[in-house]
Amino acid sequence: MKLLVPIKRVVDYNVKIRVKADGSGVELANVKMSMNPFDEISVEEALRLKEAGKAEDVVVVSIGPAKAEETLRTALAMGADRAVLVETEDQVEPLAVAKILKGVAEAEQPGLVIVGKQAIDDDSNQTGQMLSALLGWAQATFASKVEIGDGSANVTREVDGGLQTIEVKLPAVVTTDLRLNEPRYASLPNIMKAKKKPLDRKTPADFGVDTSPRLKVLKTEEPSGRKAGVKVKSVAELVDKLKTEAGVL
Amino acid sequence: MAILLLADHDNAHLSDQTAKALTAAGQIGSDVHVLVAGSGARAAAEQAAKLSGVTKVLLADDASLANNLAEPLAALIVSLAGSYDAIVSAATSVGKNVLPRVAALLDVAQVSEIVEVVSADTFKRPIYAGNAIQTVQSTDAKKVITVRTASFAAAGEGGSASVETVSAAANPGLSTHVQDALSSSDRPELTSAKIIISGGRALGSSEKFQEVILPVADKLGAAVGASRAAVDAGYAPNDWQVGQTGKVVAPQLYIACGISGAIQHLAGMKDSKVIVAINKDEEAPIFQVADYGLVADLFDALPELEKAL
Repeated sequence: MKLLVPIKRVVDYNVKIRVKADGSGVELANVKMSMNPFDEISVEEALRLKEAGKAEDVVVVSIGPAKAEETLRTALAMGADRAVLVETEDQVEPLAVAKILKGVAEAEQPGLVIVGKQAIDDDSNQTGQMLSALLGWAQATFASKVEIGDGSANVTREVDGGLQTIEVKLPAVVTTDLRLNEPRYASLPNIMKAKKKPLDRKTPADFGVDTSPRLKVLKTEEPSGRKAGVKVKSVAELVDKLKTEAGVL
Repeated sequence: MAILLLADHDNAHLSDQTAKALTAAGQIGSDVHVLVAGSGARAAAEQAAKLSGVTKVLLADDASLANNLAEPLAALIVSLAGSYDAIVSAATSVGKNVLPRVAALLDVAQVSEIVEVVSADTFKRPIYAGNAIQTVQSTDAKKVITVRTASFAAAGEGGSASVETVSAAANPGLSTHVQDALSSSDRPELTSAKIIISGGRALGSSEKFQEVILPVADKLGAAVGASRAAVDAGYAPNDWQVGQTGKVVAPQLYIACGISGAIQHLAGMKDSKVIVAINKDEEAPIFQVADYGLVADLFDALPELEKAL
């Protein structure tokens, strides 16, 4: 079975982003970029399935600017076999991403697509579900455990009340949650080897997808901030303030 | 504008998440129909009919809809979508699972987790863990929207909408339910609690978490939350996680204990009315958003707090 893992290049999760003063967006120049953390979990899961003999081939795909090649190389250094870069300088919305990924999936014929549940830049949480819909496949979102069976997979999902386990027919789309695994770091020799692994270049047009946005961004602004309050010296003072000043007890 | 609001429920009870999403739906348009999809869900449908601002309840009762599996639920919503200008759901694990599937089937770009309705086609939503707020205008004829319920008050009761039954769509049969392992607790739900007490990595173990946090929670009638670090370490179950990718809450009082205050955690609680931070490290970023900060060892402070309440 082949596994397809879509990954996204995003602002590193440790970076405190700044909103541009003119309200036109978020400052992305000279900001550290990394692989979306949920996508690292997806890559890791694919590699573990391969190591367990459940899959033979791990293909990673990214849709983004030329520099997304670095992110794909990181995934190759972790152990993925092959990469596809769908190059575009546009901001591509999840629906268009899903349409491009559908094209990639039709070309690659994976048994399972493993995709992060959300990207930490736009926080949309849409792509996996949309891809699954467009392919007419089953979806198993927010996965904390994936067990591959014969023609099906049992997936345990993190839901609001706890955990839910479902069985999905393969091929399917799984979206990964935080507790699925702890991603490995790439070793230096593997980083060197990754430079020679195959990487195909495509464009959205190769898949006949129009990436024009459907959502018009009118403004991007700072959230209304919170100011630090006061330090209290004791539990007694805290309780007193909560009762008399804040009125919440 | 006719709006279809997907209800969150467990067949017997309607979640108050739906009452909050209803407030957002009512700001988008005035003709709001609530879809209760489940198995043996008439009780939930009747509760939905009582919510103020609901003009009709659609009840789809079928075994295939018992466990909120995405494919049959999406097929049902799509079968009804023709009559509606917008399809709305609370951004719960059910809504987040099924609505993007609906959006893709309708060829619509979803607007996720709105925190404000500017007009019928324009919404505010947080990006980058709430460190920026985007105002977006949807250019699709039909809108598909999830609502961050912490930003909207619950609609009240007083309605008397009719309950109409609708048929389930054909089940694509791609997935089956195996089992649920849901936490049962007498404490309030995180997303509707007035007071939340949360613990972080500083608790050190699941036993300590229970021993130190839970008695205070019980005294306050509070829900219990946790930071990602505490959940990853196994001190608390996943459904207690508050943050960018966990639950987003806005209680009257949020007490963060031994939580340093990573931006991903702040994203889930910084709209709380009053924030209290108890932490040994006076440099912890949590103090920058706390109304009341107590620099103390939580193993001393929390038992003392329990006695003082």
